[in-house]
Amino acid sequence: MKDPRIWGLKKSPWVYHVAAASCNNCDIEILELLTPRYDVERFGIVLVGSPRHADVLLVTGVINRKSLPRVLEVFEQTPKPCLVIGIGSCTCNNHIFRNSYNAVGPYDKYLPMHAYVPGCPPKPEAMILGVVKALGKL
Amino acid sequence: MSLTGWELAFAFVIFPGFAFTATVGLVLTWVDRFVSARVQWRKGPPLYQPFADMLKLLLKQTVVPAGASKVTFLLAPMLGFAAMCVTSVLLFYVNFFPQGSFVGDLIVLVYLFALPPIAIIIGASASRNPLSAVGASREMTLYLGYELPFLLALVVPVIRTGGAIRLGDLVLAQQAGGPFLYSVSGVIAAVIVLICIQAKLGYPPFDMAEAEQEIMSGVLIEYSGVPLAMFRLTKAMMFFLMPCFLVTVFWGGLASWWAILKLLAIAVLIILIKNTNPRFKIEHALRFFWFILGALGIAAVILAFMKL
Repeated sequence: MKDPRIWGLKKSPWVYHVAAASCNNCDIEILELLTPRYDVERFGIVLVGSPRHADVLLVTGVINRKSLPRVLEVFEQTPKPCLVIGIGSCTCNNHIFRNSYNAVGPYDKYLPMHAYVPGCPPKPEAMILGVVKALGKL
Repeated sequence: MSLTGWELAFAFVIFPGFAFTATVGLVLTWVDRFVSARVQWRKGPPLYQPFADMLKLLLKQTVVPAGASKVTFLLAPMLGFAAMCVTSVLLFYVNFFPQGSFVGDLIVLVYLFALPPIAIIIGASASRNPLSAVGASREMTLYLGYELPFLLALVVPVIRTGGAIRLGDLVLAQQAGGPFLYSVSGVIAAVIVLICIQAKLGYPPFDMAEAEQEIMSGVLIEYSGVPLAMFRLTKAMMFFLMPCFLVTVFWGGLASWWAILKLLAIAVLIILIKNTNPRFKIEHALRFFWFILGALGIAAVILAFMKL
């Protein structure tokens, strides 16, 4: 409550969904999180269509040589301050792709990550917990 | 009476200009989100939500995309915003001092309501993004579409009063002889204006310029921070002023306590239309406006000449 900028960010985190070469399972769970059943608009969370409007980037998928520059570009396009939250086990470590020549993760080598939500895919409740923890750290 | 000096400044900045219209408009966007939530059996956001959004956007970094025309890109939101401030003063002034307005203010208001879409087109074209260019072209097509039935519908009250193009005269005629809405031509014209409001606000089924699923919020895609806040504020103010305009022209004016209920009813009707209709394709929207609403508008004009 000291900084109005942080208060605004906590009260209306707009989410942009960066699908960085995931298997689509986490993406489907994110979409489920945004359905009326969980009603995250109670907390001001809205899915936006452009990274320019976003406050929170939800990245999914194991990071690889092809997707890394794209993810970094999306991060640079996002106005600051913004949060980055990794969804799924692939973002935490390289998961089942750890022996692959192409996997260069995890994400915090390249981006300031605020939270990781493990799970393959994580449940919507787990994602809500992750976002709450990330916002609580601000 | 006429306003001078400090009174004029007060009218533009505090009441009924910027501060009042923006606050009511933001509260109405909360009503929009709340009713939408209830339609979907949700709880919906708290009352301060639109204000929190606005605060956050105003304090956030503003990014100007590389290669965009900086001045045009940043000044375009101001155009629509300023137009809405002037509109609110004009609209409330003619309602409470019907004798004090000038001849032709109905036409001035039509042009002022045309400015926010034009501001969006200019800003989107300046942002050098292909998706926002697609959005701008859609917005232009939509604008050409809805302006014809909108003007036809506004001719109806002018004919009914025998050629008055002063809003004050329209308000006085309604106070004397009952609202224009309670007649066949009036109902048709008011329905046309209601649908045109839907298109002017860019709400579904006419949100093709901002289609989030296909062109990623189209015209607003490159906007962030303060300019985005200005665009959202302009839209919120329009969401308040367009129903005010409808009530002024067709439903007896704003100078009574019933006007608040009327405004809320129109706003909720707009929200329900928004929540129950899928998006038109742009060519279907154009066909709908020109050939269905346009024909209805001509029918309303003929009925108005027959004093129905």
